[in-house]
Parts: sequence; structure tokens; C-alpha cells
Amino acid sequence: MGDPLVQVKNLGIGFTSRAGLFLPILRNIDLAIGEGETIGLVGESGCGKSTLALAMMGYLKSGLRVLEGESQFHGRNVFDMDERALEDIRGGELALIPQNAGQSLTPTSRIGRQINESVKLHTRLAKEQRRERVIELLSQVRLPQPQELLNRYPHELSGGQQQRVAIAMALAGEPDVLLLDEPTTGLDVTTQAHILELLRDLATETGTAMVYVSHDLGAIARVSDRIAVMYAGEFVLEGSAHQVLKQPAHPYARGLLLSIPRLQEAVVPASMPGLPPSPGEAGQGCAFADRCPMAEQVCGDNRPVLEPTAMQELVRCHFHERVEQLPLPESPKRPDRSNLDELNNILRFDNVAISYAKPSIVDQILNRQPDVTPTVDKIDLTICRGETIGLVGESGSGKSTILRAIAGLLPPQSGTITYDKAESLNTSVGERGKDLLRSVQLIFQNPDASLNPRHTVAELLAQPLRLYFGLNGDKLRERSVTLLERVRLRADYLERLPSQLSGGEKQRVAVARAFAAEPKLVLCDEVTSALDVSVQAAVLHLLTQLQVDHGTTYIFVSHDLAVVRALADRVAVLYQGRLCEMGPSENVYRSPSHPYTEVLLGAVLEPDPDAELVLAAEDAVDLFPPAKGCPFHRRCPRHVGDICGNETPPWQPTEFGHAIRCHIPLGELRDMQYQSVTTH
Amino acid sequence: MVKLIARRLALGVLTIMLVSGIIFVGVEVLPGDACTAYLQRAAQGKRLENCRRDSGLERPALTRYVKWTLGAVRGDFGVSMKRKTLISKTVGTRFRNTVILGVTASIIGVPLAILLGIIAALWRDRLPDLWVSTTAIFAMTIPEFVSSTVLILIFSVWLGWLPGIVITRPDAPLFEFLSDIILPIVALALVMTAHILRMVRTSVIDVMASDYVQMARLKGVPYGQMVFRHVLPNALLPTINLVALTIAWLLGGTIVIEVVFNYPGLGRLMLQAIFFRDLAMVQAIALILATLYVGLNLFADLLTLVANPRLRTMQRSRP
Amino acid sequence: MRATTNIEPVKPEGVFVRLLAVLLAMLSRPSGRVGLILVAFHVVLAIVSPAIAPYDFKELSAQIILNAPSSEHWFGTDNLGRDVFTRTMLGGRQALLVTTVSTVLAITWGGFLGILLGLVGRRLDEILMRLVDAFLCLPWILVLLLIVVMVGSGPGVLILTLGFFYGIPVIRMARAATHDVVALDFVTAARARGESRSTIVWRELVPNVLDVLLVEGAMRWSWMLLAFSSLSFLGFGATPPTPDWGLMISNARSFMSFAPWAALAPVVALSSLIIGINLSADALAKVLGIDRAQKAPV
Repeated sequence: MGDPLVQVKNLGIGFTSRAGLFLPILRNIDLAIGEGETIGLVGESGCGKSTLALAMMGYLKSGLRVLEGESQFHGRNVFDMDERALEDIRGGELALIPQNAGQSLTPTSRIGRQINESVKLHTRLAKEQRRERVIELLSQVRLPQPQELLNRYPHELSGGQQQRVAIAMALAGEPDVLLLDEPTTGLDVTTQAHILELLRDLATETGTAMVYVSHDLGAIARVSDRIAVMYAGEFVLEGSAHQVLKQPAHPYARGLLLSIPRLQEAVVPASMPGLPPSPGEAGQGCAFADRCPMAEQVCGDNRPVLEPTAMQELVRCHFHERVEQLPLPESPKRPDRSNLDELNNILRFDNVAISYAKPSIVDQILNRQPDVTPTVDKIDLTICRGETIGLVGESGSGKSTILRAIAGLLPPQSGTITYDKAESLNTSVGERGKDLLRSVQLIFQNPDASLNPRHTVAELLAQPLRLYFGLNGDKLRERSVTLLERVRLRADYLERLPSQLSGGEKQRVAVARAFAAEPKLVLCDEVTSALDVSVQAAVLHLLTQLQVDHGTTYIFVSHDLAVVRALADRVAVLYQGRLCEMGPSENVYRSPSHPYTEVLLGAVLEPDPDAELVLAAEDAVDLFPPAKGCPFHRRCPRHVGDICGNETPPWQPTEFGHAIRCHIPLGELRDMQYQSVTTH
Repeated sequence: MVKLIARRLALGVLTIMLVSGIIFVGVEVLPGDACTAYLQRAAQGKRLENCRRDSGLERPALTRYVKWTLGAVRGDFGVSMKRKTLISKTVGTRFRNTVILGVTASIIGVPLAILLGIIAALWRDRLPDLWVSTTAIFAMTIPEFVSSTVLILIFSVWLGWLPGIVITRPDAPLFEFLSDIILPIVALALVMTAHILRMVRTSVIDVMASDYVQMARLKGVPYGQMVFRHVLPNALLPTINLVALTIAWLLGGTIVIEVVFNYPGLGRLMLQAIFFRDLAMVQAIALILATLYVGLNLFADLLTLVANPRLRTMQRSRP
Repeated sequence: MRATTNIEPVKPEGVFVRLLAVLLAMLSRPSGRVGLILVAFHVVLAIVSPAIAPYDFKELSAQIILNAPSSEHWFGTDNLGRDVFTRTMLGGRQALLVTTVSTVLAITWGGFLGILLGLVGRRLDEILMRLVDAFLCLPWILVLLLIVVMVGSGPGVLILTLGFFYGIPVIRMARAATHDVVALDFVTAARARGESRSTIVWRELVPNVLDVLLVEGAMRWSWMLLAFSSLSFLGFGATPPTPDWGLMISNARSFMSFAPWAALAPVVALSSLIIGINLSADALAKVLGIDRAQKAPV
């Protein structure tokens, strides 16, 4: 390897707290990036990875400053450069692809103009040549109709398209190094997969080096040659992607990998106890010591340094040789599934359609429903008592809409939802009795928004207890403490406010609040999507435990197929509000699959460097669901003809209670999909 | 897009109609009627009857309302009880005078405010900002009659440069007013500039902290170019509406300035009309000022519609 | 508009503790310090001034008309021989009384209606908002003047009129704040639980909208003062012989060239109070983390 393009030497960055203390965000960072290589920086929130990436450009968020060390680009320390020199390299030889492209593109400026700006700043092309170059760049990132796109504004593009534009903008200066700060966060599963493939191809085509920052080990696995794992502002493990992902030599990295749910394993992953330290909390010893399964006295007293291992990795651990021998953690017990009985169902959907459209005045006078295609349509589903059913789909699939309808926030437009074989759930909240309200509880995705910031935990738990059981005073407090214990939070959390809790703790409180009502049915709306991976594992643990104890039925909505696999007994796949496939998890996750399920499965990013992505469908944006025919027919890679667009496909059942809604006969489907797998 | 414009125009018309209704009802609701109000203690017997007959007060309220609004559209507001002349004539010149005051103050004030607001934001918390912001706070919070009085004190009494009060006839041609207008314009512009400046400053500060501005910096855009291409368009767009609102609001309050400087504008006429309880005149002035307000807002909304790419492209479907 | 604040909110019972925390935070900022001191000064002055004023504010004396400031009359005398110092000290009393009560009135009724409209939505909301918009088109001073003239002046009328009209823009603001909060998941969670409407309003909404209303209230107060003193200046607010700053300035105008002290004292007094309120409102907004940016004076 020649001279490294980027060389970070013993970099330390931090800020001064209000109390006057200096708190570090990054400590002792050493990193070298050579030509053409891709390094993945992985870690959970607060580990400092974004700060590091931006620091390589000489950029520090306000309030931060360099404590020690330097970051060199082409041999020059970026923190010594003046504004002009920095402007020269930024966007040119060293370009950033930001996290949220939608917010990083200037809303009042056309796409063409913004990319042209980059070209103008960093190349010497004349005006006409620049225009050609912009079109060339847009084609390079595989955007259709580049000439037209030039004139569009950022808000007219979808999330995936915006991200591609951001990539094109970064490539404008023909960079030597690309910094990518979580570029696929917030994108749909399939879109994410396409963007990652694009990035891989670009890296090969242009020979650009990349620094890929992410918390998602699956994405990192896909693009990186080398991986550096960060914890509490320092590198704890660095090595080849293969080595780090297959045989991590640091207990944290190992724990992290183990807490990621896998598609092929129907178990809730193990979780690590505790939380990462806040800046300044780390103390004298190893930052991970209080959570480490093999920590000893020396770990708490002495901070380990990065040492090379036999496999040419760098590890920050006193006992890294012993990591291999650590026993695999126990998976939590899954509830007994043998007695799931369709007849003993708790919820039943009969040809349910749900729409957000409100009747206009004309409609009200004529007493008819608005003539708009419903958001969710033709849902036939039976949910057994005590099971966990997963609803998967991407954005716009209608999964949250279904939950809202069950909860009574949005009554169905047609069809019936029957609860417990007796009561109709077509009613809204106001029309339901206390018992029914109590039995169905909802947990939301984002605990920052679902917990009233003004209420203490005690108040938050008291509300359902008062409402459903009329508890007060001492009894109320007793019950609240019990609830907290069930979600493994101490009693002194009662006096805390949400702003004083971590993300995982807040979500536990939300779970406790739901279970305060002693519900029979709990609706989980992407409840772990906003959490770090290790925290997610803990919450999944908790949910499983509660189910074992109480026999609750879960409807678990998620876009993350691996998480659903870990938790669900049965899975239903939705596309644009219509069911595509339904059945026991192991059948749904195997061939034969509905073509959409096939696409979803192919796009899942496993933290496995050997796994290949299968990109079957185009990364297109579907506008409206069709009134008839298969909703997926416009994007379907196995499209067979006009019948797909004109006739609603029938349910094709297999044994095991598995059914697929497709025009292609199952046998053919299975053969075709088998072929695809073997040819890859 | 055309649909949006049409809708906005329709809304404007609806609002004016509503306002006319409110004005009419408001005046009706007050104790007594136009005649008892004007005549006050003399409101009795024959005099009252005659007055009522002449003003057409015997007819039902709805008829009077319709007659009034139809007349207003044509520019005919009836006859002033005090002056016994057509309201439209009197109001016409006064209106012109007030509009001159407002327009000139805006032409000076708005660009100045935008410039100062941008400067204050770009040099935030440093000397230029401290100067500008402090002055703005003073200008905003000190009542207009105070600032006008102080201006007269300085420029008329002590320095003797400009006349302190306007003595030119109300309907005199424009150029005779020129030296008289300067101080009132300054007084009005001062308040206007202060308000708008603060809004611009806040808007620019917000935009400077946004992700896309950070991105522009990180792709190597030089500071000046960043300010002009990325910051200003996004900062100034949302202020269009607020600027219009501020101007409209301030115009409604020129009365104080007009009283202090004895300026023959709509405000002073309004004061006189109220003092003499000339309700027909009051109604007319209220309607005119309200229409002015609605018109300014309408203009601002339409301007925003045209300038904001998000609104402009709402009809286009995604590629 | 955010539904969370910078200040650590304390338990509902600890309202006073929270108030104290907010005040302390305000005092830690220079603008807050200056503002609160000015306001406190004027409030205290208004309360104690009758007890400590050296002269009777009504006392006329033909001999000492328009005397310059001296050891007997610290601020001089006005055109009727009254002591300017006394009148300045007492000049804020009626203004503060009227504006404080009417501000509370405005915030209460405007906030209440605004929150209600924000919740109810749809038909009623649409109609009422059109009406509100139409009301806001009227020139405020014309309306105020007209009412005072026709109905009669006096603190009662002024309080009610000012309270009513300045409450109207509060409706818009409270409605917008309510919309922002209602969109958040915790309100949906409460609805899904089946909580009653009043519980949702009082437990979930109001605590989160309150901060916005508080800042709005502080701003309203300064506008009220401006309006009241403008009315007095025009002769439609406080009536003689009540000492009022607006009135005093109006009287003193004609004599400004040779007797500026009669105007200067009330000018400084009025301005300092208004500036104090504005600075306090600014500091309050920053402390509570509320973006007061896009506020037009209405």
C-alpha cells in the first residue's frame, strides 16, 4: 500500500460541559485509509463515529474542539488548514455523502444546479461541458431520465432518489475518498439494498476509497474491506471484515453481533446488560468493563491499549484470547406453540378495507362512501390466542393503518373485525366498553413521542391503572412498582421524567404502561425500530418474557424481517395495503414465496460478509394501489402477463396453513425461485 | 397552480365580505343608532325624525347593509353627517396621503430591514449584531407617539431642520407636502424596520443552522456564495408573509403618528369621525382599512405561492 | 414549535418549584436580569407610590407653572403647576392594573377557545377561523376608540375591550400549538386508551401548550401597554385628572421646546417598563425553549 490518503493520528476530540469539565467524545483514534479500500466504522449511538467522519474533513460541530492528535489528508493536517484550503478539498478530493439527503439538499435550488455547483467548484470544465458532466453523474448513480431530473426540486424526489442525487453530488469532484455518514438510514429495505449495491459498484468502477459509518452491521458487511468497531469514543476492534464478522476478538463486538436477529434463526437474540458510558463516565479502566462477561479486577483499573492479535487485528482488551471460549448466551425460552388453534381465535378480519378518506359534503348528503381506493383492502386474517403474528411490509404497506383500526382510532370502511368471536371492532374508541379498551393496547415506535414529556413515570403508569381499575393512593403505587419490576426497572424510576431516561428505558416504560391494563392483545407498532441493536435485543427479550408469563397475543408490525423472524409464529406480508402471503414463519421465509416476499428476503442485509444480496425488482416508487389485480404487478420480476394487472390473484394454500396470493401456480413458483437461488 | 391562485383570490373576497358584515353588525350593535350617536343630546323630536329619514334609518338592517356594500363597491359611501359632503371625496384625499406615508416608509424600511437583519444574523452576538438588535428593540418597544415626539424634539425644536407639524392643506398637490412628510415617514419607517429586521434575523439564524447549509459548507462552497445561494432564498421566503402582515398592522396604527405630526391622513380623519360620532364615515374608513389589510395579505400569499418551489410544483407528479 | 422545553419539568404538584426554576434561569441571562429588574421596579413602584409620593397629584398651582427641576420639585412642574415627579410615580398605576387584568383575560379566553378549536377541528373550526381572520383585518385602534367613545371609558370598559380584542390573535396561536401537540403519539396513546376528552385536554394538552401561552402572555402584556398608552395619548384612555404617562406626554407636547422635562419623565418611565417586559418575554422564551421567531405584532 502506498501512502495512505487519510491518516488519523491519536485523535482526541471533546467538549466542555456546562459545569466546566472537559468531556471526550473521541479518544486515541488511529486510522489509515489507503487507496481504493472501504473501511466500515461501526458502533451504536453516541460512540462518536459521525464525529470522526466529519473530523476527517476538518469539521467539528459547534462546541467541540480537538484535544490532541491530528487528522491528515494527503499528508496535511486538516485542522491546520485555512478556510480556502479546506473548501478546496471538501466536495472535491474528499467528499461527504450525508445521512439524510432530503434535508441536506437546498430546497429552493434545482437538482441540476446543486450538482453543477459541485462540478464548478472542483473541476475546470466549461459551462456546456459541465451540463454534460451533470447528466453523466446522474446516469452513473442510475437515475432515470437525467435531463428531466435536472429541473426538479429536491422535494419532488423520493428518499432513494434524493440519496442518489447526494451520491452524484459527491462524485462530482472525482474524490479520492468518500465519507458516508449512515447514508441509508430511513430508507426502505429494498431501496437500501439498491443503494448499497450502487455504492459497491461505484467503489469498484472508480477506485475511490470509502469510509462507511453506520450502526447497521448488515450494511457494513456488504461494503467494507476492513471494519473498525467503536465503543465509547475509541476503537475496540479493527481488522478485516471477514475476521471481525466471523470471529470478533473483542467481547463488545461479539456481544453486538450476537444481539442481531438472523433470518435463519427463530430465536430472540441475546442481549448485553447495561448501557454504554456517557462522555466522561468511562473512568480509569476499560470502558466496557461493567458490561463484560469476563471482566476482572485489572479491567476496572487499567485501560487496555490496542494490541495486534494473531489474525492481524487490533484489539483493545486484556483478555482477548479468551473471547473465543466464551459460552454462547442462553436464548430466552419461547412460549409453547403446540396448542395454537385457529378456532380459538382472538381476532378475525373478514374482507376488511380501511381508508383515511373522509366523506365530503356531497358524499354525506348522498350517504355513500368516498370513491377512493382504500389504503388497506381485502384483508382476511385470523389471529390465534396467545400467538405472535408479524405484519411485515415497507412504508405505505398499511401495517400501521391496520393497527389503528384494531385500536379503534380508525374504523374500517367495510368488512368486519371480530374480537374474541363475539364483539365487533368496527367501533371507534368512544363506542367501546372499558373491558374491550383494556384488552387491546398499543405500543408506539418512538418513545420520545409516545410518553408525555411532562409526566413522571409514576404518572404515566398511573393513567391506565386509574382508568381501568380505579386504583388510587397506596394500591396504585404498589402496582406501579410491580409493573416496573416486570420490565426490570427499579422503583426509584417512578419519580423520573422521560428526559431522564435512555431510549431503551423509555420503551420499557411504554411496555409497562401497556401491560398495566393486563391486556389480552398487544399491538406493537415498530417498537424496536428506533432503538440501537443491543437495546432492541433487550426489549425483544422483555416482550417474549411477558408473553410467557401472561399468554398475551402480539401483533408485531415491523419492516425488519430478521426481527420478525425472531419473534413471530406466523407472518403476514403486506404490499400497498393488500395481503400477499401469510403463514407460519418458517414457511414464509422459505420458498415458495410470493414474488414480493422474495424481493424482501433478497434485500435483507445480514452481518455476514459472504452473504449476497439478491436484487430482483427495480427500486421504483409505486404511486397508487390498483383497484383490481395484483398490487405488485408493476414491479414484479415474475410478471406473467395482463392477468396480473387485471384480475385479483387468488389465494393458493399449501399445507401448514400457508397461503400465497399469486397467479403463478405454486409448483412453478417454487421451481423458478429454486433456479434463481442456484444461479447466484 | 392557477387553481391555487383562484382559490386564494376567492378566499380574499370572502374575507372582505365577512369583514364588511362584522363592521356593519358591530356598528348596529352599539347603543343607539347613527342619528342618536351624532346628535347626542339634541337627538329628540323632529330633529331626530328628520335625521333618521334622511339617512334612511327606517329601513330594515339587511336592506341598509346591501345598499351600503353595493355602494362601497362603486366607491360611494354615502354622505358624512358632520360635513354634509360625500364621504368618498373626503376619504379619497386622506387615503392618498396615508398611502403615500405607508408606501414611502415601506420602500425605505423594508430593504433596510432586510439588509440589517441579514447583517445582524451573520455577525450574530458580535458587535454589529449587538448594535442593530439593541436599536431595534428600542425602536420596537417605544410607543410611536413617544418616538415621534422625540423626533420632533430633536429635528424640529433643537436643530430646526424640519417642520414639526404639517400645516399644508389636506388636498394640496404632492410636492407641497414633501418637507412635511420626512419626519412622519422616518417615525413610521423606524418601527417598521425594527419589526421586520428581527424577523429576518431570526429566519437567517435558523436557516444557517440547517442541514443543507452545513452540507453546502461541507462540499466546499465558499462563505459568500453559501449565503447568497443557499441561505438567503430560504430565509427570506417565509418572511414575505410576515412582512406584509407587519406593514398592514402598522398602517392600521398610523393614527398616532398622524396626530403627533398633524398629518392629514386617514388616521386623523378616523379620529375626528369617532369623536363626532359620524358613524357612516367610521364605517367607510373601517372597510377601506380592512380591505387594504386583506389586499396586502393576498399579495403576500400570492408572492409566496409563486416564489416557493414547493407550492409551485405541487401539481406535478413524481417521476 | 416544540412540545418539550429546556427546563427540567417537575412533578405536577411542584408548580411553584417550577416557577422558581424558571425565574432563576431567566435571571441567569443578562436580558432576563435587566428585564425582570425593570418590571419588578415598576410593579413595586405602582404599589407603594401613593404612600410615598411627596405631593398630591391633583394639586394645581398657578404660580409654579412649568418650573424647571429644582430641589422642591425634582422633575419640575407641568403646565398646570402639578408636580411631575409625583405624577410620574403614580402614572403607571392605572396602566399596569388595566393591562395586567386584560392580559390575563385575553390569554385565558383566547387560549381556551384556541385549544378547543384545535381539538374539535373540521366544520366549526373552519367557520370560526374565517371569522377570526376577518376580525384580525380590522384596524384595532379604530375598534377600540369606537367602543370607548360609544360605551364610555373607565378602567372596566378598557379592560374588557382590550381583553376581548387582544384575545383574538391568541386563539390562532393556541390553536396552532394544540395542533402540534395533538399530532404527537402520546395524545394518540391517550385516545386509544379511551381517556375522556377532558382528561386528554387537561392532562396531556394543557401542560404542553402552557409554556407557549405563557410566552405569548408576556408579549401580549407589552402590546397592551402600548395600546393603553396610545389610547390615553389620544385622549380615549385614562381621563384627567388621573396621572397617566400617555396623558402626560400628550399634555406636555405643546410645551416641549421650552419645558421638555414634563414630557421626558413619563417618556423614560413608559419606555423602561415596556422594554423591561419585552426583555423578560425574550428571556422567558429562550429559557422555555420556545421559538418565538415568526411572530407578527398581531
